[in-house]
Amino acid sequence: MENKPHEETPTEQNEITEGVPAPEGAHNLIDTDYVIGQDNYTASPLGISLDIHGKVFAISAAVTLFFVVLTLALQNEVEPLFNAMRDWLTGNLAWFFILAGNVFVVLCLGLIVSPLGKIRIGGSDATPDFSYVGWFSMLFAAGMGIGLMFYGVSEPMSHFDAALGGISMENGVRTDWAPLGAAAGDQQAAARLGMAATIFHWGLHPWAIYAVVALALALFSFNKGLPLTMRSIFYPILGERVWGWPGHVIDMLAVFATLFGLATSLGIGASQASAGLNYLFGMPEGNLTMVALIMGITLVATLSIVAGVDKGVKRLSQVNMALAFLLLLFILVVGPTMLILTGFFENLWSYAVNLPALSNPFFRDDANFSQGWTAFYWAWWISWSPFVGMFIARVSRGRTVREFLVAVLLVPSFVSVLWMTAFGGTAIDQFVGSGFEGVREAALELKLFVMLGELPLTEITSFVGIVLVVVFFITSSDSGSLVIDTITAGGKVDAPKPQRVFWAFIEGGIAVALLLGGGLVALQAMAVSTGLPFTVVLLVGCYAIVKGLLSEPR
Amino acid sequence: MYQKIMVPVDLAHLDALSRSLQVAADIARHYGAEVCYVSVTANTPGPVARTPEDYERKLAAFAEEQHALHGQPASSRVFISHDPVADLDDVLVRAIREVGADLVLMATHLPRRLDAVMPSNGGKVATHTNASVFLVRP
Repeated sequence: MENKPHEETPTEQNEITEGVPAPEGAHNLIDTDYVIGQDNYTASPLGISLDIHGKVFAISAAVTLFFVVLTLALQNEVEPLFNAMRDWLTGNLAWFFILAGNVFVVLCLGLIVSPLGKIRIGGSDATPDFSYVGWFSMLFAAGMGIGLMFYGVSEPMSHFDAALGGISMENGVRTDWAPLGAAAGDQQAAARLGMAATIFHWGLHPWAIYAVVALALALFSFNKGLPLTMRSIFYPILGERVWGWPGHVIDMLAVFATLFGLATSLGIGASQASAGLNYLFGMPEGNLTMVALIMGITLVATLSIVAGVDKGVKRLSQVNMALAFLLLLFILVVGPTMLILTGFFENLWSYAVNLPALSNPFFRDDANFSQGWTAFYWAWWISWSPFVGMFIARVSRGRTVREFLVAVLLVPSFVSVLWMTAFGGTAIDQFVGSGFEGVREAALELKLFVMLGELPLTEITSFVGIVLVVVFFITSSDSGSLVIDTITAGGKVDAPKPQRVFWAFIEGGIAVALLLGGGLVALQAMAVSTGLPFTVVLLVGCYAIVKGLLSEPR
Repeated sequence: MYQKIMVPVDLAHLDALSRSLQVAADIARHYGAEVCYVSVTANTPGPVARTPEDYERKLAAFAEEQHALHGQPASSRVFISHDPVADLDDVLVRAIREVGADLVLMATHLPRRLDAVMPSNGGKVATHTNASVFLVRP
């Protein structure tokens, strides 16, 4: 769209310099006097240039450091406190998390079929920035990552095991961890229930959580012209006040949720990778290995964000998806192929059948399951949502709302079902079919490798498994740093590179510090705690999406 | 000698560009060359503009202003990048090709590029293009 050189065209010149013409295409920008970056602090101390939102950056960084120091210094006092906080939150507010999750799913499904789905992110003339493959790889690599590796085998197996064990009561309270009414002694029913419960945790609900944040952000930034930070989705409610303290607090919450949500996953990833290395090569398991892993991973993540979205993050995500796909294909071919293929549809069916009961927020008998698993998951997904949502938003310009929701909600859900069916189904089959007890008895972080151990080419597949854990770890860490940097730069995506490096190091630093301090529990507790206020943010996001979409020209 | 001079500009840091803009205008007048003002920007809302189209309009207006000031033919072109900080050099090299420029004139040491960790953009662009590159120091 090169503008032709103007030599002597005074009329045209006047048209352009006088007044701002109406935007091309259908736009409906929000009218605000706020200039992005107006509250930013820019300076170049020691030759390193900075462009940060002073308040958000300073307070986020200070509180994070304070938390790390506190946890390390008062380990024994703090840990029970965090534990109690986590238990109280998931115990007393489980209904709130579960109910909110349902709201998100219903809204997303509703939007897919509603006429609002035709609206295009970025205005009616916008064109997509990324190909489907590049786009989808980034969505998936950022969204689930390590969790799929860690829980792919272990979660279906845990639910299966618990369901098979049946219900156990003590003083009128259920002490078992089985979902719903369990399936005592019935292996087939237990397998079905276990898979349904797992898919419930990895299917529509988590992706609806991401989709809500991503859609709200994309809408208010690309269609309404507000900065790409969490506060923008509060504009319909708070108006110009979002540029003041209410907005600062929302952005800071987003930073905390991202940092602690990520650090939790990094801790889990490090423990699985080091357990795998120990299992495969007999490398000494322990803090030294984990710290080395986290440092190495942080370094690669740093290189990736310095290289940028296209050359770093996208490429790594694609490598990641290719590897994950190969591993899935391998299990599909070498494992019980027919069982997985038929299982895919059976599991979808049992997911559909059990969905109403599993997603019911009130009067649950299976308190351990619905609070310890479901509510914890929801809080964890929600604490991840600012970062995954913002990242998804950033790469989704030019898609229609319908296309966006199908790609963010339905496609990943099906992939999750297939993944869980392949990994979990194979492990359950090893037990049910050939009486192999290994996976059932293995520690959580080893279940994947024990399952792979029963298949041919163990050394190769297990190694690929470890590589995948590491690469998933990197792709989460780099996109997370990008997001935190954007939020703390007041919505600028072109802030100087050293800031990204700073946040990548902080993330690695938190993971190392808290792992050494034995603070993974504290980390999870923090992730869940930031999940609670963020659930409210997301509910507001739902309102904002509907309001924003309705005000779009159609 | 030169037909088309490409001048990368960042509308957010115009104050740092006054020297290079002047030099570009003088050279253009001397050779009777056209000047193409090029910007690399993200598609997210930024300090200068809230949509890429808006940025395009502002850059076109800027080119018009320069034209009115110096008289040489002026055009403008905006390149969208997902990650302008990381991709600036690559996009500029691509821009030189697409614009068909035979001379690139750019200011070095913009405020945010005063970066000790990374080499200057001008230097990197020069190593990847056949066009002549003129770096204007402040």
